[in-house]
Amino acid sequence: MDSRKDYRAPLSQQPLTIEKPTDLTAIGGTITVEINEKKVVVPLGTTILDACKQAGISIPTLCHHEDLCIAGVCRICVVEVEGMRTLQASCAFPITAPIKIKTSTSMVRKARRHIIDLMLSEHYGECYSCVRNGNCELQNLAKEYGVDDYTFGHVDKPRYEIDRSSYSVIRDMSKCILCKRCVRTCIDLQEVGVLESIGRGDATHISTFLEKPLSDVICINCGQCINRCPTAALRANDPSDEIWRAIDDPNKHVVIQTAPSPRAAICEEFGMEAGTSLTQELNTALKRIGFDKVFDTNFTADLTIIEEGTELIIRLYKALVGKDASVSLPQFTSCSPGWVKYLEHYYPEYLDNLSSAKSPQQMFGSLIKTFYAQKNGVNPEDIVSVALMPCSAKKFECNRPEMADSGYKDVDYGLTTREMAKMIKEAGINLPEMPKSHFDDPFGDASGAGLIFGATGGVMEAAIRTIVEFITGSKAEDIFANANVVDVRGFDGIKYMEIPLGDTFGPVPGLIAHLVPNWEWLKGATLKVAVAHGTANAKKVMDDIKAGGKFSECHFIEFMACPGGCLGGGGQPIPTTPEIRKKRAQAIYAEDESLELRKSHENPNITKIYEEFLTEGPCSHLSHKLLHTNYVKRGKYII
Amino acid sequence: MLILEKNAMTEEIEKLVEKYGPERSSLLPILQDIQRDHKSIPDFAQQEVARLLDIHPVEVFSVISFYSFLNTEAKGKFIVRLCQTITCDIKGKERIAQAIERELGITFGETTKDNKYTLEYANCLGMCDQGPAMLINDVVYANLTPEKAVKILKGVK
Amino acid sequence: MIMEKTKREGSVIFSEYKRGEGIKAALLKKREDILLELRESKIKGRGGAGFPTATKWMVVAASTAEIKYVICNADEGEPGTFKDRVLLVDYPELVFDGMVIAGYTIGASRGIVYLRGEYEYVRKPLEDYLESMRKDNLLGKNILGKEGFDFDITIRMGSGAYICGEETALIESLEGNRGEARNKPPYPVNTGFFGRPTVVNNVETLAAVSHIIIKGGDWFRQHGTDKSTGSKLFSISGDCENPGVYELPWGTKLSEILTLVGARNTKAIQVGGASGICLNKSQFDRTLAYEDAATGGSIMIFNESRNMIHILNNFMEFFVEESCGQCTPCRIGNVKLLEGVKMIESGEYTFDYINKLIDLGRTMQVASKCGLGQSSPNSFISILENFKDEIFNGDGGCNG
Repeated sequence: MDSRKDYRAPLSQQPLTIEKPTDLTAIGGTITVEINEKKVVVPLGTTILDACKQAGISIPTLCHHEDLCIAGVCRICVVEVEGMRTLQASCAFPITAPIKIKTSTSMVRKARRHIIDLMLSEHYGECYSCVRNGNCELQNLAKEYGVDDYTFGHVDKPRYEIDRSSYSVIRDMSKCILCKRCVRTCIDLQEVGVLESIGRGDATHISTFLEKPLSDVICINCGQCINRCPTAALRANDPSDEIWRAIDDPNKHVVIQTAPSPRAAICEEFGMEAGTSLTQELNTALKRIGFDKVFDTNFTADLTIIEEGTELIIRLYKALVGKDASVSLPQFTSCSPGWVKYLEHYYPEYLDNLSSAKSPQQMFGSLIKTFYAQKNGVNPEDIVSVALMPCSAKKFECNRPEMADSGYKDVDYGLTTREMAKMIKEAGINLPEMPKSHFDDPFGDASGAGLIFGATGGVMEAAIRTIVEFITGSKAEDIFANANVVDVRGFDGIKYMEIPLGDTFGPVPGLIAHLVPNWEWLKGATLKVAVAHGTANAKKVMDDIKAGGKFSECHFIEFMACPGGCLGGGGQPIPTTPEIRKKRAQAIYAEDESLELRKSHENPNITKIYEEFLTEGPCSHLSHKLLHTNYVKRGKYII
Repeated sequence: MLILEKNAMTEEIEKLVEKYGPERSSLLPILQDIQRDHKSIPDFAQQEVARLLDIHPVEVFSVISFYSFLNTEAKGKFIVRLCQTITCDIKGKERIAQAIERELGITFGETTKDNKYTLEYANCLGMCDQGPAMLINDVVYANLTPEKAVKILKGVK
Repeated sequence: MIMEKTKREGSVIFSEYKRGEGIKAALLKKREDILLELRESKIKGRGGAGFPTATKWMVVAASTAEIKYVICNADEGEPGTFKDRVLLVDYPELVFDGMVIAGYTIGASRGIVYLRGEYEYVRKPLEDYLESMRKDNLLGKNILGKEGFDFDITIRMGSGAYICGEETALIESLEGNRGEARNKPPYPVNTGFFGRPTVVNNVETLAAVSHIIIKGGDWFRQHGTDKSTGSKLFSISGDCENPGVYELPWGTKLSEILTLVGARNTKAIQVGGASGICLNKSQFDRTLAYEDAATGGSIMIFNESRNMIHILNNFMEFFVEESCGQCTPCRIGNVKLLEGVKMIESGEYTFDYINKLIDLGRTMQVASKCGLGQSSPNSFISILENFKDEIFNGDGGCNG
């Protein structure tokens, strides 16, 4: 029996099969089409939609998304092609002949208007009471096409119950227009496989296995579906009301940590072009809103590098020198809670490979309610700890029962970039106009290494900058131009790098020198590392490891659940496209390069915390208690 | 489901996967066989099929929910499907429906308490020249009258 | 069980045929000659869409792909159609020989019959028949001694989904997916089953092939009209004395059919099933042909006692249930049309709204993703237009 193992999604939802010619100058490489009586030359196989874009003609779309394969189901993008009886979906029609296209005939306009009318007839709710008001693709279309009444009626009762079971994602299927972007995101883009179309005909709806609540199925909370939902059918679980209450309560000491990715993206929520970091403006805004302290998550990102790097060295020593077969290698990063839950569900037999280090958010959580509380004389019970994250999975992570090592819930609320922007607007603040200010002590401003955690490859780059200096004694700048480890940067799904450690050595700094009896065994060794972002790529790497392939030989692998890393997280501004992710990454790397301090171990506040608080050093008893965690073998079966 | 039942189910599905091949294209034949033998595709079976074909359980569930002849909830030993499409309709479908409902004491969409009969409507069975028609499991009965339908129902074993 | 073998009469399909005859004749010919013969015959697809069969085969035959498929579409789900069932039960040799010839001509070694789940009872006899063909080397390796020509046929079952009669939905179903139609282009002849070039033909089209190969395209073309060559199997049901399958040449008048099957007091004829059009008395002199009243075979007759809105309601309920649900115009559009029918039934409507629905129907005809949504408004529009006096003026209608 023949089969199609190379791709999973049904062909009805597959990318076009016509390969674009590599040589456009060859005969047949390009083709001339007529769009609204204007001639346009396009590469063979270009979709009508792209050809129109090239010709400066805008075509409305709904089910189409640049990150996803073609569905062709909403039909809003239909156009007339001369000689064809029916209208053609421009997103799904590859041009292979010199066709004549008309994009705005009365038939086309009427069809689009009908389609909007039909969607509105089944789309429950009113715009003014909707979280996506002002940023809803259906609303925009209704406006563009001058919809001023409900031609075919409007549902007055919700058809489906809202699923609020998940800490991260709320599903309100009465607002769903069945564009299937979430299905394609979940099954193709992320290969998680939680959402699918259920039922047929009028009864079709998007749901989970056995229609279980989201909290009961193998959802990893990555929130990528939220970022691609054109309406508010999928949204994040928003804790801002509780946070306002805490801010208003004079007895509460409300602190917030901010991650690098929201700072590089929140500008988009204020109408600015993507790619401007508003880190210090945000600090001021948060203070004005009423947060008592604003901390930089990059501090604990730096701390993560020390803890996770130390853990790696211990693992390598035990495995390579001690020949200890119980040590699991490669070591996996554990900063991405979506990735952690993915591994717990899909590859529970590899949980020992996962670094026991908590994510920066959770490290910060336990330090705030212990170290900071002590130092500043605040009762940890009165502290409300908020984390501004680009991520919906962080909401789940802070609610994991084991995340209470401070004796309290380490992090009280995870807040997304979108929710933060809403709070800032609600407070009447125009973020881009804010004066700049620094992060609060005792954690202060952190290093550029912590900052680049926001982009795929960032954790690895930060780790390399530190490990290489620790071990070889040479400066990272001497090995990598400007200390930029470019091989792990960029948006390739899977990146691989080998770093020869050379023969010159040490001295290894005191912080970790005591961990192993000698360091000779690292002489001449080559560190093999890899980076994967998006769980679909993570799956490829994991399957390769299972099969004993090249990645099983790695020592350290960075995994991020979201495409592009945290900057493409499920809590980031909508829309998120490949272009926007690129700009956010540029903002992050530019900020890193502008900093003096670019290596985690050079962060003076890191040195200080090991001197003052975690006095036994990294991976010691206290650091294990506060900064490390354990994982749950979840598996795939839900009954 | 008891462990023993689960093990038996797993074994059964493994055999089906061996018979049809471990590809996604085997999904329908496998589900059809489970459906025929169990009158439904239990939750556990769906997950086992997903595991063995290396697809997601929700994809199996999605496919089942698409096809009228596949179902996840238990049905009776005999699934009675009366054709509701127009030619059977104008030839007296309604009277047959009433007679069957009276005979079985259930309405359409229900299963008798003894789990013997499930009553459903079906779209065109392709017996338009001999309507009204019904399927009982795989067997088709045509030219029905209320009396004949009741007699057929009583006769199935 | 209805499995009686009745002797039927007809000029093409039901003409004399012995198993294997067509294959033998085909194997003596060059592939190109078979394609030419088919082109000469001008035969078009018998499933309803009416695409020239020769063109379909030529595209696949011309492909250099190593693996190709022949699929027999036996998902006969259109209300009022049952001729494929008759062919499969009584004339399997015609259908299977046609598939073998297709395999030989296009260079495929595997054929699949997609049989609708409702016909499960036909499966066993067909499997037995295939086994007997294997014994006679009409299937298997080096068929009838033709070196290098291997071909075999498997039967795959549907599971109760009308949409799987649409060829790309059928292929999706074979691949283990929901039966949701694909985007076209690309068409199955380029990217079909498992992405390979695939010929998907209706049961009846394949059944005609053997006769064409033996008797020639010229002979075939003598039947029917210029644009609709050959004869056609019509499934005739409804209000008449002798419903059943009839083989008649294309170009036959509807009124002739009424006489033939003994229909009296006929008010309406639904041509082409639920997705077809409904004609009134003034249109009974129209002919059955691709260029006039086209049909995949379904002809349903309704007499004066029938309520047209009741009939329309039945059709629209059918489509609401059987739409695959992926594209907006079909999924929601059919619901709106059904709502409209209910409004008319209860007398609570405005002409303005009904006209809006007819307009919506026209959008569905051009904007839906596949043939189901494109044809589901046909009966809505044609019944409302052709029976407007009865429906809106209570003129000659029956409230029964």
